[in-house]
Amino acid sequence: MSETTAHDAVDFAPPSELEEMELYHAKTWIGKYVWSQDAKVIAIQYGITAIGIGLVALVLSVIMRLQLGFPHSFSFIDPSNYLQFVTMHGMIMVVYLLTALFLGGFGNYLIPLMVGARDMVFPYLNMISYWVYLAAVLILVASFFVPGGATGAGWTLYPPQAISPGTPGVGGGIILMLLSLAVFIVGFTMGGLNYVVTVLQARTRGMSLMRLPLTVWGIFIATILALLAFPALLVSAIMMLLDLLIGTSFFMPAMVSLGEQTAYDGGTPLLFQHLFWFFGHPEVYIVALPAFGIVSDLLSTHARKAIFGYRMMVWAIVAIGGLSFIVWAHHMYVSGMNPYFGFFFATTTLIIAVPTALKVYNWVLTLWRGNIRLNVPMLFAIGFVFTFINGGLTGLFLGNVTVDLPLSDTYFVIAHFHMVMAVSPVLVIFGAIYHWYPKITGRMFDEGLGKIHFWMTFLGTYAIYYPMHYLGLEGLPRRYFAYGDTAFMSESSQDLNAAISIAAIIVALAQLFFLYNMVVSLWRGKKADDNPWEATTLEWQTADTPPKHGNFGPELPAVYRWAYDYGVPGAADDYIPQNVPPKDVKKA
Amino acid sequence: MTITLVFLALLMGVVVWWLVKQTINITPWVADAATESVREEGVRSPFTTKPLSNKKLALGVFLAVATSLFALFISAYSMRMEYPDWRPLTEPSLLWMNTGILVLSSVFLQWAWNGAKRGELQTVWRGVAVGGAFSIAFIVGQMAAWDQLASSGFFSMGNPANGFFYLLTGVHALHLIGGLIALSRTVSRLWRHEDMESIELGVELCAVYWHYLLVIWLILFGLLLTT
Repeated sequence: MSETTAHDAVDFAPPSELEEMELYHAKTWIGKYVWSQDAKVIAIQYGITAIGIGLVALVLSVIMRLQLGFPHSFSFIDPSNYLQFVTMHGMIMVVYLLTALFLGGFGNYLIPLMVGARDMVFPYLNMISYWVYLAAVLILVASFFVPGGATGAGWTLYPPQAISPGTPGVGGGIILMLLSLAVFIVGFTMGGLNYVVTVLQARTRGMSLMRLPLTVWGIFIATILALLAFPALLVSAIMMLLDLLIGTSFFMPAMVSLGEQTAYDGGTPLLFQHLFWFFGHPEVYIVALPAFGIVSDLLSTHARKAIFGYRMMVWAIVAIGGLSFIVWAHHMYVSGMNPYFGFFFATTTLIIAVPTALKVYNWVLTLWRGNIRLNVPMLFAIGFVFTFINGGLTGLFLGNVTVDLPLSDTYFVIAHFHMVMAVSPVLVIFGAIYHWYPKITGRMFDEGLGKIHFWMTFLGTYAIYYPMHYLGLEGLPRRYFAYGDTAFMSESSQDLNAAISIAAIIVALAQLFFLYNMVVSLWRGKKADDNPWEATTLEWQTADTPPKHGNFGPELPAVYRWAYDYGVPGAADDYIPQNVPPKDVKKA
Repeated sequence: MTITLVFLALLMGVVVWWLVKQTINITPWVADAATESVREEGVRSPFTTKPLSNKKLALGVFLAVATSLFALFISAYSMRMEYPDWRPLTEPSLLWMNTGILVLSSVFLQWAWNGAKRGELQTVWRGVAVGGAFSIAFIVGQMAAWDQLASSGFFSMGNPANGFFYLLTGVHALHLIGGLIALSRTVSRLWRHEDMESIELGVELCAVYWHYLLVIWLILFGLLLTT
């Protein structure tokens, strides 16, 4: 019995039952860095592609804000392309940036390292999954350049407008959008198989499920959600394509379009909404759960304190994942569906707030009496807690049917979902990139620039989205190109829109600090140790930094304790890595 | 949607049950229990207790995804059926023959798998070749059925059941074509005389996938016939 009182440390790691997997070591530069089967390289490929297309979407949002803040001041923005920008900004950010970056980027890099594996279990399939994702991105970008341009149907692509004349991009634009989504789903199914099977079967000796860091739990459950929810998007995309291309009437009712009776009959747009939101709600948890997992690890490491209530955190992630499939119609309260459905879905929506709130309490309790180091990753992690509480609380308003009726399709909804999806998870992404930057690149970033980036982003996004709630309460509708003179909207709402736009431009420009820091530190950054944050998880215990192909050198680590042995009484250091057996712990 | 929700509820029930079994009794804070609590806890085969091969687990996960897809299509079909303009479709009788062909291809792949388990390469070759040939015949038969339906004037989209017919059979056929691609990789392993273990695994995975697609086809066919 050791004298340090650690959570579950044992001197025993069971022998391995399976042979180690044989990795394919490429010989050429192209084989190593382009057609790479190394999950770490694939992760960086996903990351760069996702951030690249994300920057395109950021520019689109700035253009939108220019129009909203200073209407009719820019001749290159008209009602038609405004809607195209709205649609593409939304679709890119939700699917092609956030989902791809969390699952494809962070998942690929961190899962093998954190579970103690040499690579993903299907490296060839992993490689293919990236190139399929890239193809999906290119198809989407192509939609800007076809006649008619990109679709302007809103990221929710509701029929009948999405495929009816009058909506921008009703020719090639919507076809390429739907095709791109289908290709994306195929690619993510390939990736998802990898992540799930690796977490289940490729863990190293002693790495039981309850010793996994919460980052892995978050990405793992999110992957299961993605595998089950994306088919709903595929179904709706295929059916909408058939409606458009061969004239079926799955979603298209009998209607008059541009003065002429169409050939459609009998379809219902409501069917599309059910299918779309059956995907759409789990999708937001696919984005949120990895963020929850990562932020738990960031808070714990930089507060030098075990995550409060690890088991509850795991079960909360599982519960949120399961419940996320039965709340979808809270996006449809105003659709004209059976009102009793609204009652049911409002109830389930409020229920899902319970495990989510539990996680928030546990994050705060992790910080309580921790030995907090306010470095850049920690600032972003704490920023997440603030903004997520804010955004989550407004979700409670929207989850109730009667309160949602006047707020639906207003800026209140936009403020809510940006807070919980654009601000909070993006703060986690930044925190995570700063946190793992030394491991990925072998260099430290510039701390000062990082802090400037944090404060401008954190305070700036509050300046954008907090006032936006008031615009929504006033009734300002979303997806409108301009507002004109309307009695119910005060004059000051236009001033507020202008202020929000200025804040948005400043925040967008502030990201240049981040990009500069990340790129320049590759050459000018101080060389990093293997474990600069003194963290316990396995990715920090590699033989080399950055880790080579095969991750851990000649011998895989064996795990003797959970991922949160910080501040263990009796130990000399304030952390004990997972692969240190109790007999090797330095006593105080 | 109820169909999909029931399927998902069952699936999640299985997932949560498994997770609970692996984790709920673990009491790492109790001194002697700590050693017991450390198990690899990977998914194990229910038949042998060895860890399940990664490719088998991946197929299982993929089948769950495909089931989700088909359940959603069936849900959409059922929801659309409620509307007053629904006219039941008379399916071409060719579909009965196609069903028989698909059953035969499953039978031959099962035969190939049994042969692989006994190490009889000849059987494996024959089974895979005939099974593959019947699968191609099925797809050709489906295209002929499409043709028949289209030429008797059912391509006009006046009846929503038409659209669903093409959609459901088309998605099923696409999955079968994907399976044929996988089968061709097994054939190439046979051709290159690779070791029996990897051949057996390849044939097993294909056979399971074929049986799955047969079950899905029977469900879809039954749905199309009765509505």
